[in-house]
Amino acid sequence: MTDITSSLPPVARAGRFLAGEARWSWLEIGFWVVAFGLAFFFRSNHLLFAEIAILALFAVSLDIILGYAGIVSLGHAAFFGLGAYTVGIMARSGWGDPLTGLAAAGVTAGILGFFTSFLVLRGSDLTRLMITLGVASLLHETANKLDWLTGGADGLQGMMVGPVLGRFSFDLYGTTAYVYALSVLFVVVLGLRILVHSPFGHALRAIRDNPLRARAIGIPVNRRLIAAYTLAAVIAGIAGALLAQTSGFASLDVLEFHRSADVMLVLVIGGSGRLYGGILGAIVFRFAQDAISTITPQYWQFWIGMGLVILVLAGRDRLETVGRKIVGRALPWIANKEAAR
Amino acid sequence: MTLALETRGLMKSFGGLIATNDVSLQLPKGARHALIGPNGAGKTTLINLLTGVLAPTSGEILLDGRDIGSLGVEQRVGLGLTRTFQINQLFPDLTAIETVALAVSERQGRGGDWWRRVGTKGPVLEEVIEVLDRFDLTDRMTEQTRYLPYGKQRLLEIAVALATKPRVLLLDEPAAGVPEGEREEILNAVADLPKDVTVVLIEHDMDLVFRFAESISVLVAGAVLTEGTVAEIKADPRVKAVYLGEGEV
Repeated sequence: MTDITSSLPPVARAGRFLAGEARWSWLEIGFWVVAFGLAFFFRSNHLLFAEIAILALFAVSLDIILGYAGIVSLGHAAFFGLGAYTVGIMARSGWGDPLTGLAAAGVTAGILGFFTSFLVLRGSDLTRLMITLGVASLLHETANKLDWLTGGADGLQGMMVGPVLGRFSFDLYGTTAYVYALSVLFVVVLGLRILVHSPFGHALRAIRDNPLRARAIGIPVNRRLIAAYTLAAVIAGIAGALLAQTSGFASLDVLEFHRSADVMLVLVIGGSGRLYGGILGAIVFRFAQDAISTITPQYWQFWIGMGLVILVLAGRDRLETVGRKIVGRALPWIANKEAAR
Repeated sequence: MTLALETRGLMKSFGGLIATNDVSLQLPKGARHALIGPNGAGKTTLINLLTGVLAPTSGEILLDGRDIGSLGVEQRVGLGLTRTFQINQLFPDLTAIETVALAVSERQGRGGDWWRRVGTKGPVLEEVIEVLDRFDLTDRMTEQTRYLPYGKQRLLEIAVALATKPRVLLLDEPAAGVPEGEREEILNAVADLPKDVTVVLIEHDMDLVFRFAESISVLVAGAVLTEGTVAEIKADPRVKAVYLGEGEV
C-alpha cells in the first residue's frame, strides 16, 4: 500500500491522507445498519433504545466542547433542560409538531449557549467547571420558581405531542420514538463528521491541544470557542427536546446535576474526541445501568463506579486493544477490512 | 522607505520593575536582525509586547508603518507578524499536514469553514506541501507530531509560522535543545528563509547569531545597550563585559 502512495506527488498524497481520515469505515456503516435495523426487532426494548439514542446525542454534543475544543463542563444539562422545557411549553400551548419543536429548542438552547460561552472563554478548567455548574444550577432554580410556566417541582403537565412529519404518532412501544431519535442522531453525526474534518474542526483540536500556539498562528481562538460552545448547546437542546417529546413530559429532572455528571461519565466510558465515543458510551452506560439495576436495584451506582475505576486504572487503550482482538476473532472479515484501510 | 518593523520608546513595567525600557528598534524589509542579551534582559517581555500577548505601558509598535499596538495576537498574525517558540508549541495530536494546513486555511480566510474538508477548496494543500517541502518534512507529514523526532518538530515549529506568510518573523532560539547531529539542518533552514521576510532572531547561541545576522541589538536590563553590525558588536568592549564575558557562550 505504501508503495503505491509514496510514488504519488506530495500534494496528492496529502489530499489522499486527509480524504482517508474522513472516509466511512465498515464498522461505522455496520453500526448504522444495525441501529436502524433494530427498529424491526426487540419491540419491547424500543423505549430503552430511544433513551440511549437521546443520551448518545447529548453525549455527542458534550464531546464537541469537551473532546474537541477542550472545554470541561459540569453544567451541560442547562441546555438539555432548556430544550426539553421549550418543546414542553410549546406542546402544552398547542404547538405539538415535533420537528419545528426541535428547531425551536435548538434555537433557545443556542441563544443561552452563545451568551454563556463568554463566561467559559477565560479561566482554567476548574473555573470552567464552577461556572458551568453555576449556570445549570441557576437555570434549575429558575425553572423551580417559575411554576406558572414550568409546573415547578410537579413538572410540566399536559404536553400534546403531535405525530412526526404529520404521519408517525408516538406509540406505546416506543418504535416511533426510537426511529425518530435515531434519525436525529444520525443527521447530527452526518453533519459533525464533516465538521470534525473541516478547518474549523481541526482548529478546535488545535485550541484544545495548545491555545497559545493556536492564537500564534492566526486562529481567532475566542471566536472558534464561542461557535463550538453555541453549537454544542444547540445539539444538547435538541437532545433534551427529544426526551420531552418522546416521554411526553418534562420536569426539573432534565436540569438536575446528575444529568450533567452522567453525560460526562458516558464520554469517559466511550472516549472523548472521537465522535462515536459518546454513542458507544451511551450504549454501555445505559445497558449497564439497566442490567445492574435488575440484579441489584439499590447498588447499581456502586457497580458503575467500580467499572469506571477499572476503566481509568486499566486505561481505555488497553481495553480497546483487547476489544479489537475479540472483535477480530469473532468477525475476521470486518477486522481485515479495518486493517486494510 | 517604510520599515518592516519599528518600535518607538516601548516601555513595560510590572509594578516597580521595568522589564522593557525605552526600546526603539528599526528594521527594514528583509533584515536579518538578532536580539541578544543575558538572561533576564527582557527578551521574552519584548517578544510578548511585539506579538500582542502583553500590552505596553507606553510606546508604539509599527508594522509596515501601521500602528498595531492595540491589536490582538491573531490580528497581528493576520497582518504578518508571527513568532516561533523556544520550547516547541505544537499540536501533538495533529499531523504535520494538518498543523500547517491550519495556518494556511486561516490565512486564506477559510479557517471558519465547517462544511467542507480541509484542503478541498482553494490552493491549501499546494501551499502546505510547499512549506513542508522547504523544511524537508514531507516524508513524515502523515504522522502525528508527537511521534516526530525532536529536530523535525523544531523544523515544524518554524514551518507552521512561515505558513502564515509573515512579513516579520520572530524566531525564538530556533536551535534550542537540538542535538548536535540535527543542528546543521535547523541552521540551514533558518539561513534559507525567504529573503523578503524580515527575520528577528532571539538567541543565546553566538555561533548562530554571527552566522546568520546582519545586525544585532544587545538588550541589557530591559534597554538597548547598543546596536550595530556583527563586526561592531563583536568588537564592542561593553558587550563583551555584560554578555560575552559572562561565559555563557
